[in-house]
Amino acid sequence: MQIIKDKQIVDDSWHYVADEAELENGNITISLARWKKDRAQLLKANGKVGVRIGPADSVDELAADLKDLALIELDFPAFADGRIFSHAWLLRGRYHYQGEIRATGKLMADQVYYLSRVGVNAFSLEKSEDLPAALSTLNDFSVNYQKSIC
Amino acid sequence: MYQYNDNDQTLIEQRVAQFRRQTESYLKGDISDDQFRALRLMNGLYIQTHAPMLRIAGPYGLFNSKQFRKLAHIARTYDKNYCHFTTRQNVQFNWPQLEKVPDILEELASVQMHAIQTSGNCLRNTSSDHLAGVCVDEIEDPRPYCEIIRQWTTLHPEFAYLPRKFKIAVSGAKHDRAATQFHDIGLHLVTNEAGEIGFKVLVGGGLGRTPIIGQVIRPYLEKKHLLSYLEAILRIYNLFGRRDNKYKARIKILVKESGLEKFAELVENEWLLIRDNLELDAGRIDAIKAQFAPPAYEANAAQDASFTQHVADNKAFATWAKYNTTAHKITGYRAVFVSLKAPDSPPGDMTDTQLDAVADLADRYSFGEIRSTHRQNLILADVKQAELFPLWQQLDALKLATPNNGTATDIICCPGLDFCSLANAGTIGISKEINDALDDLDYLHDIGDVKINMSGCMNGCAHQSVGHIGILGVDKKGVEWYQLTLGGSSENEAAIGERLGPSIAKDQVTQAVTTILAVYLNQRLEGESFLDTVKRVGITPFKEQVYADH
Repeated sequence: MQIIKDKQIVDDSWHYVADEAELENGNITISLARWKKDRAQLLKANGKVGVRIGPADSVDELAADLKDLALIELDFPAFADGRIFSHAWLLRGRYHYQGEIRATGKLMADQVYYLSRVGVNAFSLEKSEDLPAALSTLNDFSVNYQKSIC
Repeated sequence: MYQYNDNDQTLIEQRVAQFRRQTESYLKGDISDDQFRALRLMNGLYIQTHAPMLRIAGPYGLFNSKQFRKLAHIARTYDKNYCHFTTRQNVQFNWPQLEKVPDILEELASVQMHAIQTSGNCLRNTSSDHLAGVCVDEIEDPRPYCEIIRQWTTLHPEFAYLPRKFKIAVSGAKHDRAATQFHDIGLHLVTNEAGEIGFKVLVGGGLGRTPIIGQVIRPYLEKKHLLSYLEAILRIYNLFGRRDNKYKARIKILVKESGLEKFAELVENEWLLIRDNLELDAGRIDAIKAQFAPPAYEANAAQDASFTQHVADNKAFATWAKYNTTAHKITGYRAVFVSLKAPDSPPGDMTDTQLDAVADLADRYSFGEIRSTHRQNLILADVKQAELFPLWQQLDALKLATPNNGTATDIICCPGLDFCSLANAGTIGISKEINDALDDLDYLHDIGDVKINMSGCMNGCAHQSVGHIGILGVDKKGVEWYQLTLGGSSENEAAIGERLGPSIAKDQVTQAVTTILAVYLNQRLEGESFLDTVKRVGITPFKEQVYADH
């Protein structure tokens, strides 16, 4: 599986771990609920930990833990769910999160540019053949009226 | 009027290129109907009954003559020789071909125009007072702030996928001509106790199927905090606005369900965290203000005696001057309403020939600028009184001088069932019938200020719920019926019209309107307006007469 990360198409090194599944070695993503439940155990894991967040979750709840997380995955259940954009802005703009923020789920290639401007630096699309087109949209505009959060 | 700099121009050209690519991807089948729908709506493109409909932004209702000539050219080349002015000061073309839309946008970009965010669930075109900068009751010209908001909203990355559409209006005068109490955010320039000018901020107003009057969330906001406060409201709305039901997704529902106090607390808390990083500096405000500097008015314009003479000599001119011109802050000048409500033409429509001609008239008589109003007329804002007579003669020849501004035939009307795929019922035909029934100008003028607003469905594009007389088309088992309301207003004394009674059949609507007007004439006290009479006597006398035979 490939993704866009920091303006490059690269292989994804992270493993998705479902709520009921055993924890794995290596870099894993888990749900916010699982993070809250198994936080102590996860902090001792040998790989890096990423947390998956949906639009209805509150980024504020994770604020104190951000230093321990290498990835926040923002999951679009539908492309029109714009809450994700504010979550990304809050993570970068308010909490100054330095790790990877990845958009995933049902996002459109045509949303990649706006997402990049609110702090998302990695993108996983439903169809990986759309990645080159999505990457090129990052050059759609050379001027903007608002500041970007990077 | 604001002139684009290189960055503004580059941005709209890049947006055209982006939309061209999106359209090509869709036509090749690379993106789905659903995805393209969201992308095209954010660029003003609907799919309508007959063809796509393209809505072009009229930023706070301002146009120049060059832009009007371009609209005429587009009407001729890509459409059926006409366009339609909307209640939010925009322009619509009803017959473009989807494949040609990128070309149309490219033509528009060449005259600093675009269709960015004229529909879709995003920040829409900011609307304002059509008499901004020239009216006699102005506290401060709102247009520089409209332009600052236009830039901030344009392609805002965080707020492009809101729960629902979002509309901002700004008024700078004592009299609210921008319906700010019925916008998602309404901004009013006001003076505080220290004599400084800032904004009163209203939130949660709106029309459509749940009309609600906006509430004051902040009585006074310093100008430097304008964008941070807007951003705070938008972030709270984006995060907490309902997304489970599109009919409950507007900010008005969030404000209503949370309560103003709770909502305001969320906004204030958010605002405190961002306001220091988003201050507007005074230099930027001044630079934008400089773009709206008054034109070179002639100092001796008031010395003209010909205007008074023409008024005395020519009754038709005098009538037009009385109804279709209004006071200007510079003596010797008047603002002229160009009526798009000729009896035999759909309200708000304009032909390519008229567009070109009005461009010429604007160049000759009004510093090359034209404005659109939320009642779907145009304004030439800066006309010397000495030139009103020749201007009237030329407008009259173009069928743009019907002296009905502010009267019962100055109807706000959506395109209705004839064009719109959302509509339940026709509107244009009824508008024509009402015009035919009220063709006696003396009678029309005797009735005076009556605002009739008619929408073909619950979405309420023609703001029927705030019409003095509101007419709403409804579908009853495939038949067109109409619900009447009385007493609505979008001005300072904002009110939502009260339902008159059961809906009525299409062939009864005009009769009902003329009956309502007759009841008013019968009931009114001397000098009392229609709206004041309705407020005083209530709807019962009207109801009794309208439903007398039922």
